[in-house]
Amino acid sequence: MLDIEKVLETRELNVSMGPQHPATHGVLRLLLDLDGERIVHVKPIVGYLHRGIEKLGESLSYFQALPLTDRLDYVSAMSNNIGYVVAVEKLLGIEAPERAKFIRTIVGEMSRIANHLLWLATHALDIGAMTVFLYCFRDREWILELFEKICGARLTVTYPRIGGVRNDISQEFLDSLSKFLDEFPSRILEYETLIDQNRIWLQRTIGIGVLTAEEAVNWGLTGPTLRGSGVPYDVRKNAPYDAYDKVEFEVPIGSEGDVYDRYRCRMHEFRQSVKILRQLIEKLPPGPVMADESKFTFPPKDAMFPVTHPAKQHAFYIQEKACKGCGMCKRACPVGAITGEKKKPHKIDQEICLKCANCYTTCKFKALFLVPGGHGLSEEEMKKILESPVPDDIAHASKLIIDHFTYVKKGPVAPKGELYVATEVPKGELGFYFVSDGTGKPFRMRVRSPSFIHAGALPKLCAGHFVADVIANIGTIDIVLGECDR
Amino acid sequence: MAVVEVRINPKQGMQPAEIAEKIKQEFPDQVIEVAEFRDQVSVILKRDRLFNICKYLHDDAMLSLDHLKDLCGVDYLNKKDVRFEVVYTLYSIRHHHMIRLRAEVPENDPTIQSVTPIWAGADWHERECFDMFGITFKGHPDMRRILMPEDWEGYPLRKDYPLKGPDFENDWKGFTEMVERSKELSEYDWVG
Amino acid sequence: MIDTAATGLITVDEHTKVLPPNVIITALDKVVNWSRVSSIWPVTFGLACCAIEMMAVGAAHYDLDRFGIIFRGSPRQADAMIVAGTVTKKMAPVVRRVYDQIPEPRYVIAMGSCACTGGIFKTYSTVQGVDTFLPVDVYVPGCPPRPETLLEAIMLLQEKIKKETARWSPWR
Repeated sequence: MLDIEKVLETRELNVSMGPQHPATHGVLRLLLDLDGERIVHVKPIVGYLHRGIEKLGESLSYFQALPLTDRLDYVSAMSNNIGYVVAVEKLLGIEAPERAKFIRTIVGEMSRIANHLLWLATHALDIGAMTVFLYCFRDREWILELFEKICGARLTVTYPRIGGVRNDISQEFLDSLSKFLDEFPSRILEYETLIDQNRIWLQRTIGIGVLTAEEAVNWGLTGPTLRGSGVPYDVRKNAPYDAYDKVEFEVPIGSEGDVYDRYRCRMHEFRQSVKILRQLIEKLPPGPVMADESKFTFPPKDAMFPVTHPAKQHAFYIQEKACKGCGMCKRACPVGAITGEKKKPHKIDQEICLKCANCYTTCKFKALFLVPGGHGLSEEEMKKILESPVPDDIAHASKLIIDHFTYVKKGPVAPKGELYVATEVPKGELGFYFVSDGTGKPFRMRVRSPSFIHAGALPKLCAGHFVADVIANIGTIDIVLGECDR
Repeated sequence: MAVVEVRINPKQGMQPAEIAEKIKQEFPDQVIEVAEFRDQVSVILKRDRLFNICKYLHDDAMLSLDHLKDLCGVDYLNKKDVRFEVVYTLYSIRHHHMIRLRAEVPENDPTIQSVTPIWAGADWHERECFDMFGITFKGHPDMRRILMPEDWEGYPLRKDYPLKGPDFENDWKGFTEMVERSKELSEYDWVG
Repeated sequence: MIDTAATGLITVDEHTKVLPPNVIITALDKVVNWSRVSSIWPVTFGLACCAIEMMAVGAAHYDLDRFGIIFRGSPRQADAMIVAGTVTKKMAPVVRRVYDQIPEPRYVIAMGSCACTGGIFKTYSTVQGVDTFLPVDVYVPGCPPRPETLLEAIMLLQEKIKKETARWSPWR
């Protein structure tokens, strides 16, 4: 110790790297206990973006809770949707058709590229390389434009659905994707040229935030954060879902477990994603994109058209001789369009009727009929339509519209039980644990988010390093607070 | 410093039913039930010797369940006799097999032993379980709320907690006081 | 009354006259508003998903720098705040604190459905709209709003600023 150090008094400094900070990737708060520039202890405080998604999911049916999952890891919304949909499909016991599985894998890998681009942009920006930020966003715009071509939305897509995907993809999209894949490897080289051998980058990332393989597994890490420490674990290989068992790819594994190795893992994952996408485009099979299960998926809109077309809209009609006058339909009607006394036949007021089919599903005596094309007609005309034979497409459409109504009202009725299904999102392993009590709404929807666990490992990563290394560590664990706080 | 690209071909370890059998053999009086659904097995346990069971599962060479995937709470209000359950999803990276443990926690004494000494990653999971359900973990290094503000009242994920939360009068003091103060300050706002 | 024919003043715009070649007579409001409009400096306040779209607007494809907009890190050096994302009750005092630290004149854009009205999250922990505790100038709906929508919102804010009078003076 120098003489001056014996005289000077030093104290630990407590700094709050507050929720509003350009480098914390969202609303993460870190309480740093500093001894000079060295960190003694880091206490992360999360919860500034806790929106109650798990509780909200308990009050919505399975397909209503699907848009909530977009907002979890909002950087790669497609992967969250895929994770949720794969879990619910396994719970319901249905399977998506082959083409839908391939399409889901395609958009999953595209969102992996988009996520890693944003990770690289913010990681490099925090460490100081601002050019990389602008270049990565340029390429991310390309991918978001491709997403817009498929489903119309850039960021929060809700494109994978229970039983498949929302709509088919066009050949034009596949051609644009191939053009992107031809151009993208040169872009990866561009980023690597900018930072890979840069002295400052190497000094700021090598040897920082080291985790051995045992420690990483003990802390529950997954994804590239775990693989950088040398642990060969990837959900796409260990428990394949969708089309991952039909493509060949390697998984990059690091050795040292520091920030640099995790960065290299993710750069290699770019190239592997390009490889997977090329194979998928080649092998894409033809076929439907939505499973043919009327109890668990929405019916196709064009098949319902003969009945729902504005010019031929349907109406509901109570047949007098069959009606027992029990009053169940009267109570079920939300707008009070049904009038009638007990034990006397009831009547629907067509002016007020919403055609919501609530009465149709409550009638136990088969007295309520769906009259195709009956909107605006008088009672006699409706009776005539009912007596004449119904063409096949209209009968099918009428059945579908009632199926649609029951499906929306009750939700996909899942068998009683519990299930944990995991998928590999770009950040790690996203797991959904469902407890089902036999209704269409989940009794408990638990989201096992990788960001929450990785943020919990921050104290271990940062101990003993400098303040500037905290920024590098936040970048390397790749957290996003929407997923961390749910 | 080298990052290599490897082909992983994991071989499935033990079947989940076999793992459940082993737990039943070692701790026969702790296992209440073994439930199976869609190829996944859950073992429903009493909470008394949960720490010993977890230690056995972690240390045993054949099982080696070294990766805690998930730890969460479930509230079975009025559906079961014992109200709460803490669910542990365990995985073995060495052997590639998975098991789920469900420990029953009664309502009148919502405490259970913490497994942080075995898996360090359980730290934040247990804090979240305390925050959302009110289940205290004995032996946890830092039992505080994590997602809600520290002085929040109530446990949000319980079934009897309203989704919309408390009314404005009964809401969290940090928020209501700030809104009152901003109403006072709003008289200085610019009106163009 | 200034007799324009005799003095050589040319009226170019409302309240603006030019004495060629380079003497411009105008209202002080116009000069002040023009300088404020051309350099709105927001403080970085991205909370959730809308922050990603805000970053995309600030990046190269939809550039914000051409509007004179630079994101500042400290609220003391900023004069606007784009609240992008869901505001929870835990975060609300922080939002208000950052807003209080911005010196006048200051503007608030509530970006996204969550900031406008709470969005799809009608739960125990989400504030139903940031206007419960902040005076908002422009509301931008969308989940998230497209980058062009945010640009439109900034242009609407510019229109609003152009209409202000005497916001530079201590007399109110």
